Amino acid sequence: MTLIENVSRRSFLKGMVSTGALVLGACYYPEILRADGLPTDTPADRATLHPNMFVGIDTDGTVQIVAHRSEMGTAIRTSLPLVVADELDADWKRVKIDQAIGDPRYGDQNTDGSHSIRSFYDVMRQAGASARFMLIQAAAQQWNVRPADCATEPHVVIHRPSGRRLAYGDLAARAAKLPVPKKEQLQLKSNNQWRYIGKGMPSYDLADLCTGKALYGMDARMDNMVYASIEHPPVLGGKVQSYDNSEALKVAGVRQTIAIDPFKPPPAFQPLGGIAVIADNTWSAFQGRKKLKVVWDNGPNETYDSAQYKKELQETARKPAKVVRSEGDVDSVFAKGGKIMEADYYVPLLAHTSMEPMVALADFRDGRATIWAPTQNPQAAQDIVSKELGIAKENVICHVTLLGGGFGRKSKPDYVAEAAVLSKKIGRPVKVVWTREDDVKFDYYNAVAAMYMRAALGADGKPTAWLQRSVFPPITSIFDVDAVYGDPGHLQQGWTDVPFDIANLRVENGPAKAHVRIGWLRSVANIYHAFAVQSFADELAHAAGRDPLDYLLDLIGKPRTINFKDVDYPNYGASLQTYPWETGRLRRVTEMVAEKAGWGKRKLGKGAGLGIAAHKSFLTYVATIVEVEVNDQGEIKIPRVDTAVDAGLVVNPEITRAQFEGAAVFGTSVAKTGEITATKGTINQSNFSDYPVARIDEAPLQTNVYLVDSSAPPAGVGEPGVPPFVAAFCNAIYAATGKRIRELPTKNTNLGNKNKGE
Amino acid sequence: MIQSKINGVQQTFNGDPEMPLLWYLRDELKLTGTKFGCGIALCGACTVHKNGEAIRSCVVAMRDLSGAEITTIEGLESKGLHPVQQAWMRANVPQCGYCQPGQIMQAAAFLKNQKKPTDEQIDEAMSGNICRCGTYQRIRAAIKMAAEGSV
Repeated sequence: MTLIENVSRRSFLKGMVSTGALVLGACYYPEILRADGLPTDTPADRATLHPNMFVGIDTDGTVQIVAHRSEMGTAIRTSLPLVVADELDADWKRVKIDQAIGDPRYGDQNTDGSHSIRSFYDVMRQAGASARFMLIQAAAQQWNVRPADCATEPHVVIHRPSGRRLAYGDLAARAAKLPVPKKEQLQLKSNNQWRYIGKGMPSYDLADLCTGKALYGMDARMDNMVYASIEHPPVLGGKVQSYDNSEALKVAGVRQTIAIDPFKPPPAFQPLGGIAVIADNTWSAFQGRKKLKVVWDNGPNETYDSAQYKKELQETARKPAKVVRSEGDVDSVFAKGGKIMEADYYVPLLAHTSMEPMVALADFRDGRATIWAPTQNPQAAQDIVSKELGIAKENVICHVTLLGGGFGRKSKPDYVAEAAVLSKKIGRPVKVVWTREDDVKFDYYNAVAAMYMRAALGADGKPTAWLQRSVFPPITSIFDVDAVYGDPGHLQQGWTDVPFDIANLRVENGPAKAHVRIGWLRSVANIYHAFAVQSFADELAHAAGRDPLDYLLDLIGKPRTINFKDVDYPNYGASLQTYPWETGRLRRVTEMVAEKAGWGKRKLGKGAGLGIAAHKSFLTYVATIVEVEVNDQGEIKIPRVDTAVDAGLVVNPEITRAQFEGAAVFGTSVAKTGEITATKGTINQSNFSDYPVARIDEAPLQTNVYLVDSSAPPAGVGEPGVPPFVAAFCNAIYAATGKRIRELPTKNTNLGNKNKGE
Repeated sequence: MIQSKINGVQQTFNGDPEMPLLWYLRDELKLTGTKFGCGIALCGACTVHKNGEAIRSCVVAMRDLSGAEITTIEGLESKGLHPVQQAWMRANVPQCGYCQPGQIMQAAAFLKNQKKPTDEQIDEAMSGNICRCGTYQRIRAAIKMAAEGSV
């Protein structure tokens, strides 16, 4: 349900648009977004109305649109305002975009979970259409004609019979005096009237991004500001036992050191604690920190060793566990014997390594904290800062800068809280700058996961029973120290919704305790779940002597809607009526990508192979074919990737294609090199040297993206490209080398014909 | 005291001679287009030109810059846009954009001596610059566009 109300006199918009201008706020009751795994403190729980975005029109004709979602490279700051502009019939060249501060009145602002378009598409359309309605009314009034005889062209209202025209700017003052239309009065454009939706526009920030003018959190500054670099406890939950700062204080530019309290479990978004070095510039802060001598009390996580932990996960995955979905009777089919296939898959902890490390600027004075931060979730930042400083949430003003990448890491504002705590302690603005090493060692990692797969094959090679069991430390562990099972919001990610048409099917989840902070990373649980399901499907195809594409289509079966009766399946917070799980759409993208990629027809070179995978996530259906070339040394090249995408209605196609191109590169990093390990509770990796990510010479040479022309409701595009890429890549390696990848990353498997070091 | 020319302007540095150029540019001169990504010359986000050559400003100490001419993204083109920037815009390269000043500076230095780069040459020249959003295929396309002068 959406309402529009006139908010022209709301004080919090002061300064955003000139006085007397027309300002509209769209009010929105968001659904509970369980997919994001947030605590129950969701927008639905909070108060009454949640204005999510505003459009304002100045008397000079400038259209002001507020972007309330964070910009981290998906161009959401462009695409949502574009929807407003279309329904307003605004000239995009005369649109100005303002970035919202954190404020629950905008509705949900956590730019995570690939849901910005789908959650706010209708609201944005109504916000634009309402303004257009009022401008038409105002023009009709001025001309003393019927509104029905008026129409719009970009930025003007036209009286059709007489051809008279009035510019939006000239109508703004009169329109502002009119009542805001009810939703029923609004006439949204028909699809063939759209100027921008479905056609798209480049990023609003494109020129700034190419000239160094774009301002990220790293670039924020204030007068009188000092810089801080923080030595965190190396083990999660550790504390400072004692420290010696005498050498640090001798470093030129270092002013002081400050201890930050350790968090009280669960960690959530609290600062990790440690010793902050405060200095006149970033370099001095870094140098001073190197001279600190700290003795740590590491606490209970000191026993954590990732190699041992891996064994425990794999053992757990071999034991019966909690059933999250069950159809037919898997056990009795397995009991009959026959051809049984089983496999264990494993994906380690993964780090985000956004190009911009964590950084935040905070200024605490007079009981108020003003923040500048590259955050995906400014309201969560307000929340943690208010708790840490003991001030009301309204007294935390969180400005959102551009983000130098986010990938889910910047949804967790621990680094923002650090800046606020330090500013309060020293009474001046503080900018906390994390090093790359801090970023790698103190991440909220994507969960390490072990999956056990088992299938009984019938005479035709198709599964008569299918069991899958995953074990991973859940994200909820950062909010609840006792949490060991996956929550429905993460089990749904490619696990409870396994789409195969198999009569006897069971999905299980086993317990795992976390020893590091676990968090969302682009595609989240879909990464390891799709890897297991789509690799195992490929294994079964080969075992049955079948073509993997044909076999996969057989597994998906005839077009049908998956029935989630008696299954806890949150559907990414969307209703199953609006967004049903339609296997026909997964089939269609699979067939489409096979045709486009020339599956079974393409001539491949020596050492080359094609792999296929199909996966739905964030309500979007994706199928991907990857071509790899593996040489005698086991080095992998990716000459070509083809991806077919059914994301429903696509607002900005060029930007969407770019997201899937990027997902293939992100997936390359996950599959080939992504691996975080720990010894005695301490993370072993530190920088791009030991946590390498794909470079231009390792990335796919060409990724072709095919968008299904669809009028279905819009779905996600930022994340869904990663999971099928990873599985298709590994299946391609099998096709090329005959070596099956059951553990990521592939750098740990010798894929060459020769022994390494030979 | 270290004298150098930054974007054509004579500057005098009086701080710790061990300070890398990156922090002088960012914290003192407020030239924040040059980015901090890794601090050890592994990602290329801090790439600037020293006497026309691409360098990683995060590992070049101020002590080594006496008399040097430094160009940052802010000074790449005094009027309008450099052809590489134009190509970047036409190919819609950036996503988050954080690495792009470094990518553009690297590409601009590379293209001075390379008029018709192959994919392999582009890979070699650009493999020191990480883009975590994964814009590499558009970077490659933009470099070819700029090289051909088709912007």
